[in-house]
Amino acid sequence: MPKILSIDGVSLAFGGLEVLSDISFDVNEGEIFAIIGPNGAGKTSTLNIINGFYRPKKGKVFFQGTDITHLQADKRAALGLGRTFQNIALYHGMSVLDNIKLGAHSHLKTGLISGLWYWGAAHKEEMALRKEIEKDIIDFLEIESIRNQSVSTLAYGLQKRVELARALAMRPKVLLMDEPVAGMNAEETEDMARFILDIKEERNITIVLIEHDMKMIMDISDRVLVLNFGYKLTQGSPREVQKHPDVIKAYLGQKKG
Amino acid sequence: MDIFLQLIASGLLVGGIYALIALGFVLIYKATNIINFATGEFMMIGAYIFYSLTVYLKLSPYAGFPLVIVCAALLGTLVERLILRHMLGQPNISIIMVTIGLSSILLGIAEIIWGSDFRSLPPLFPRKPIIIGEVVLRSNLFYGFLMAIAVVVIFMLLFKYAKIGVAMRATANDQMAAFSMGINVKTMFTISWAFGTIAASLGGIIIGNIGGVQPTLGHIGLKIFPIVILGGLDSVGGAVLGGFIVGIVENLAGGYLDPYFHGGVKDLAPFVVLILILLIKPYGLFGTKEIERL
Repeated sequence: MPKILSIDGVSLAFGGLEVLSDISFDVNEGEIFAIIGPNGAGKTSTLNIINGFYRPKKGKVFFQGTDITHLQADKRAALGLGRTFQNIALYHGMSVLDNIKLGAHSHLKTGLISGLWYWGAAHKEEMALRKEIEKDIIDFLEIESIRNQSVSTLAYGLQKRVELARALAMRPKVLLMDEPVAGMNAEETEDMARFILDIKEERNITIVLIEHDMKMIMDISDRVLVLNFGYKLTQGSPREVQKHPDVIKAYLGQKKG
Repeated sequence: MDIFLQLIASGLLVGGIYALIALGFVLIYKATNIINFATGEFMMIGAYIFYSLTVYLKLSPYAGFPLVIVCAALLGTLVERLILRHMLGQPNISIIMVTIGLSSILLGIAEIIWGSDFRSLPPLFPRKPIIIGEVVLRSNLFYGFLMAIAVVVIFMLLFKYAKIGVAMRATANDQMAAFSMGINVKTMFTISWAFGTIAASLGGIIIGNIGGVQPTLGHIGLKIFPIVILGGLDSVGGAVLGGFIVGIVENLAGGYLDPYFHGGVKDLAPFVVLILILLIKPYGLFGTKEIERL
């Protein structure tokens, strides 16, 4: 499988605090790549480096073979790097549908003037977009019944699903997901895991995800990267990683003596 | 009863004009979270530019307005790109100090260029007062109000429907999420400064047309704080309502209480109302409550 994303020797520091030290890994096209590690291991920082919220002190980030280390986050999003957040980042005053449409924002071609008056081309484009969203996203994620509700009235699990819908509306090639099932109950977790698998299989979208739910990680991911205190501990299939002595040590601590 | 209606009516008109200036403040705060203490000076500069165009260059007001809009957009863009862009990520208090410094600089520049004399703008509107029933409204105030409300409505529609408005709202709501959806947040900052400066400048022309132009015109900007804090710093609708409340309270207090206290109550009253409302609703009437989820 060709690699779609490469992190090459990335280091990141906030002042004197070293957050990531010389991290390198590749993500293959069409796989589910999980990043795990104890709290403070640098998982979210790694995602932030990939989608451009942070600039690495050292090292490079490649997307489809091009160096994107110096691109601003919005440009990377336009290239096809989608993102969901650990703390839900939806627009609370707006309806579910409007939130999702906002995700498709960068695909609307009509500019300021025509967009301003909502006529002709802008209107047609909006209708086409709406159709696509209805079919490929709302039906797919089974949120038909709530599409016109305001997001702030929704249950937590549903909000997470709407956030995923918005990220999908961007038509990403790679989707970066920060703790997609954190705080969900068993049923919601199962639904989300199923959606993630479907996104990978039906749309061939590569997924990079951070998660603490080990059962889910082991069930759905193709490869797992383990970070600890900003260092790369190991990387491999879920089975290999689970048995790795350093991983057990990092998670459970070491017996004294 | 007559005097009451009269005070309410002129309060409403003044309030509409305040709403426009408050909008200039809110547009910037909403997208960038910067409290712009130079809003009043942006008004004053806008009024002086209009004065120069119509008096020195003898242009008609119809040419003056669009030119002021262009100049204001340029001024806002320059201030953002040259000064505030470099303050990104600095503590809020430093950024506020920068805007306070900016207000002094603009005041100084205005005194250097135009002097501190009082100037009158050329008449913009018909002189005949508007009479509705027993209420008499000054024509400057009445037409100024109509203009201010028209500009506010345009901005509100822009915010609600245009792609750029939606992108600005998204930026205001959550910068990280906006970035991750392909919105160029830095461009949105520049645009919001341009918009905010345009709104303040137009407000400055309307105020200057009523009371004349002086470098200290910007002090009216101080009244904007009770208005925007009352409405909630980031709410456009709240700014409009806050404008009306302050306009009416100020007029009623001025009309009924000033005769007993040798004046001054008019300026004090909005702040009393402000404190009362903040005691009950600390985020203003329509402000976003800050919720940090960890």
